[in-house]
Amino acid sequence: MAEIKSHIGTQNKKGQTYTDAWKMMNEAPRNPSFYTGSEVIKEALRRASCDVMIAYPITPQSEAAALIGELFAEGYIGDYFRGESEFAVMSQCAGAAFGGARVFTTTAGPGTMRAMENFPMWAGARLPIQMIVTCRGINSPLSIQPDTIEISYLLNTGMLVWHAETAQDFFDWILKGFMVSEEPEVHLPLALCCDGFFVTHTKDVVNLTPADMCLPPYDPYRSPVPCMDMECPPVRMMRDPFIMKSNYISYATHASWQQEIWAAVERSRKHTIKWINGLIETENTDAEVVIVASGTAVSQGREAIRLLEDEGVRCGLVKVKSLRPWPGEEIREATKNARHIFVPEFNVTGWLAKEIKATIPNSERVHAGPHVCGGMTMPPEIIVSEIKTALGLRSESLAGRGS
Amino acid sequence: MTQYRVLPGPEHFLPPAAASMGIYLPNPGEAHINGVIVPEEKAYEEAARQFLMAQVPTIFPGPLVLWAWNEKAAKKAAAVRKLYDILKECVQPGQKPMLIPMPDYRPKYPKINPEVEINPNHPNLTIWHNKIDCCMFIGVHCHQANLSLKIIRGGTSCYTVAMCAQAGHEDAMLSFRDASVEKILKLGEWIRKLKGTVKPRLTTAKTSASN
Repeated sequence: MAEIKSHIGTQNKKGQTYTDAWKMMNEAPRNPSFYTGSEVIKEALRRASCDVMIAYPITPQSEAAALIGELFAEGYIGDYFRGESEFAVMSQCAGAAFGGARVFTTTAGPGTMRAMENFPMWAGARLPIQMIVTCRGINSPLSIQPDTIEISYLLNTGMLVWHAETAQDFFDWILKGFMVSEEPEVHLPLALCCDGFFVTHTKDVVNLTPADMCLPPYDPYRSPVPCMDMECPPVRMMRDPFIMKSNYISYATHASWQQEIWAAVERSRKHTIKWINGLIETENTDAEVVIVASGTAVSQGREAIRLLEDEGVRCGLVKVKSLRPWPGEEIREATKNARHIFVPEFNVTGWLAKEIKATIPNSERVHAGPHVCGGMTMPPEIIVSEIKTALGLRSESLAGRGS
Repeated sequence: MTQYRVLPGPEHFLPPAAASMGIYLPNPGEAHINGVIVPEEKAYEEAARQFLMAQVPTIFPGPLVLWAWNEKAAKKAAAVRKLYDILKECVQPGQKPMLIPMPDYRPKYPKINPEVEINPNHPNLTIWHNKIDCCMFIGVHCHQANLSLKIIRGGTSCYTVAMCAQAGHEDAMLSFRDASVEKILKLGEWIRKLKGTVKPRLTTAKTSASN
């Protein structure tokens, strides 16, 4: 392969030292800082040796996109510009990644949907672009408020999909995400999702790595497809006989290509487990009642568990960190003792509950809820109420009128 | 633990990607044979044995070693040529070693010339035409190699070996990882070492039927 001189230990133009990513994330001292999720995205990008960031405003990611513009002005990002729309942004991200750049972008809600055609294209072209998705409502009537429905549309694009619970997850996973998705046998885009506003616009203490350390640069010569070869797929997209012809060979090639994308998702499993310390986190999974959740529903689940403990009900917790690769075996193992599995979600369809039902034996154990959507909060009390009702325990009315 | 094994085909109308069947790639210092992780040393022996058993053992060098785009590529190309020379020197009468390049990945229509090249989009044309029953990919970009290895497994009985410069290939029946000049030459040493000890699989009903 290419004669790539190791950059570790050398400095970039901002005086940051290219540092072994494992040491930077796991051994370097951390500095506690009080930041919003949007500010945390900026701070992660400061350390990410990012070549290109392309922005388009849409709530609730606009602040993060603007803050990264400041980073560009400070000289931490190679290039930064605004696209004409989310579709244009994601297409431009593809162009930059085809050219061998480490590429980052952010979007949300209707922006994710508008750009959707690009995501299977990114995955099929094996472009390790990282996209932050600050989830919000997508349907009419318009809502800019938190809602995780858009994640369900991303699950079958061939992208890696992670769901952060906290700003700390966000900071760590942005940096670790590049390490996973840029592995040559993976080399897939990553949708790093969070619940908009709850994470992006609230402040939290986040332990940051030193600002004078940064990730090693991306090495495009390790890509599993040729970089910017206009004659060969995947860059040669249209007018291409193997895509446009109708014959067995064309179909078989395309089928094998699709399989390879999903094989790469599978290969990401061991790297994801290594970098984010497992696809799930668990607490008290010997309990008969277990909450399985992702994103900020995990935080609400934790509080519900504390309230239930006060009432003598013991409840376990499974935090799903990675949705693609999907932690099927881990969830089967973590829920094997559970008689009741509750899946609180910030969306109307309950896509996480459906995934879990398709994964575990005796899926009638899954209670798909509680659900809230459209920007509603999820008070821990409604999780408690749902669990107590299912267990046949008396539960106080939470939203009665005049009672 | 998966029961799936990566074996010579023809496996299926559309065989699955081995990674989707629970086959994992080897870690540094390891290789895999049929999807089972083994010490690298064992894989050298098995690859050499497969080459010496085959009627038409063939090396498919890809663009990463065919073009002298850096010094290391040029050295690897020389090592591949040396491996081919060793193979020719070690086979028995009736065996026909070949060196057929995969110069690029362009779809070519109406079809490629299978006597002079192999193409990842329809590799079986070259396998079938030359009755290749054991091949080794080297210097092929990983995505294109997997694409091709899967199609070969689906439609031929050819034994596939991957000498991969990155993390290896589950879709080959035998795969090395972190390929270097030293590893290519070490395979050559193993072929020399086993010379005369392996009975060639000359024309059989199975190979002639499936090729």
